[in-house]
Amino acid sequence: MSDAIIPALPRPAPPRRLGHAGFWLAAAAAAAILILALRGMGSEYAYFAATFVLQYVVLATAWNILGGYAGYVNFGAAAFFAAGAYTTVAVGKAFGLGLLPCIGIAAMVGGALGLGTGILTLRLRGAYFAIATLCLSVVLQTFIVNWSYVGGSRGAYILRPRDVPFGFDSYGGYLCAVVLVLAAAAIAIARSIEVSRLGLGLAALRDDEAAAEAAGVPTLRLKLIATSISGAMMAVAGAPLPYLGSYIEPTSAFGLSYAVNAIAMPLIGGTASWAGPLIGAVLLSSLQQAATVTISSAANLLIVGVVLVVFVCVAPRGIIGLFRRRR
Amino acid sequence: MAASLSIHDIDASYGAVRALDGVSLEVNTGETVALLGTNGNGKTTLMRCILGLLRPSSGRIVVTIDGVSTDLVGLPAEAIVDLGIALVPEGRRLFPRLSVEENLLLGAYRSAARASISRNLEFCYGAFPRLKERRKQPVGSMSGGEQQMVALGRAVMCAPKILLIDEPSVGLAPILVARTIEKIAELKEKLGLTVLMAEQNFHQAIRIADRGYVLVHGRVEFCGDSPAALGDSDLVRKFYLGL
Repeated sequence: MSDAIIPALPRPAPPRRLGHAGFWLAAAAAAAILILALRGMGSEYAYFAATFVLQYVVLATAWNILGGYAGYVNFGAAAFFAAGAYTTVAVGKAFGLGLLPCIGIAAMVGGALGLGTGILTLRLRGAYFAIATLCLSVVLQTFIVNWSYVGGSRGAYILRPRDVPFGFDSYGGYLCAVVLVLAAAAIAIARSIEVSRLGLGLAALRDDEAAAEAAGVPTLRLKLIATSISGAMMAVAGAPLPYLGSYIEPTSAFGLSYAVNAIAMPLIGGTASWAGPLIGAVLLSSLQQAATVTISSAANLLIVGVVLVVFVCVAPRGIIGLFRRRR
Repeated sequence: MAASLSIHDIDASYGAVRALDGVSLEVNTGETVALLGTNGNGKTTLMRCILGLLRPSSGRIVVTIDGVSTDLVGLPAEAIVDLGIALVPEGRRLFPRLSVEENLLLGAYRSAARASISRNLEFCYGAFPRLKERRKQPVGSMSGGEQQMVALGRAVMCAPKILLIDEPSVGLAPILVARTIEKIAELKEKLGLTVLMAEQNFHQAIRIADRGYVLVHGRVEFCGDSPAALGDSDLVRKFYLGL
């Protein structure tokens, strides 16, 4: 198309929304305020409950990058989550590394696992992709059960270090702050993807993959990017888990509750936006934490089930969808 | 700006089913060529082969753009779009839950098209004022005619030199078919495009076509060098109109 044919026109006005830097700063500020607020409470239980909720914020946000933005429903969230947790166990045992380097390595392991899953399932769409990811969880759990170095089916104990870094009053407080930072970063990453060209390409994939290909969207590459980022972030969500309970074993790390929650939280909050998984995760995991304290932790999955059924019937586009008509 | 397309002896099949059997055709610079034929004769298959969505089992598809020739067989779709070839798919194939503007921007996903993205967007809104009014509306909620405008606009967004249009009349009321066909001629004129258009609606297609080919059971059965030749030919009546 030559310039002579179409005269140059002024650029359309940029849409009024927060820039990338602005959003990242806002997320960092929110994280800092929350850390200070939790320190003010200063209770070990408050730290534990907040960490429990926040790890689900990371997990749900990560799941939504592939499941919500690209429309590829991943039933294997528990596999990625547990891969992160067991990376902490294995790396910690082998090299004596602390939590932070373990999180970094977990991100790499999860990213590689996501990339591998993406390559293996490239031709699968819809229900077939979901079934394949379900298999991943089973395969990985079998592997861990038979790997005695990380405890096999007996599980592994992780002792919290005696000295607490960065002047926190307890290791629980430190762990909570780390997961809070991870949650803020996850949300900022998700939002950056959402408003970028990558997000637009993923939305095209979700709506009509064949048409996206015909329009020149490199569908293959976008899918691999999405599975890798989502996988890396889900593993990061799981990396602090061994420190949270000081003990980890395969049945609970690969538990149904992680796989189900990772899907249910974005669906209840709304999958089209970064705020959906955040709202869904805070709502559902707080409910579950409250139920664990007042009734029994056995009620947790029941709560998820009931809430999910209600939302599928009443608000199929999640809480965000109730307020926003578009998409 | 010279852009031509030449297809040599293409065979293509879906599994055991042969869809194209030794098809050859030429689209010269600045021409509008109609690809005529009823359902199931291979028009869409040929379009898919050109854009790299289906790999032909043999034959060559060569585009020559500004003197540089490229064989498209074996290239991925996004590389072909990058060369300056855009497809308006059959049935429009828009992204229904995305807005008009997002659909248009997706047409310019490739890096080559990004440089002129705001200019092309303004051009689209100039050519289709209705789209500017509705740019925030989800495409799935628009009428068929408006959706066809979005589909044409999306193809133009990648700054194409060759435009492939597959069945623009599908699912449209007769008056909208006529309007769409005129719009294609207008876009072609304004942008200096080379156009290959597959169409069942014979009379509408030959209104704007310079030449035409008739596909029957995956073979080129007739090649008309002018709309009049297509209209007069007994072969066309026999093979295509069934008279």
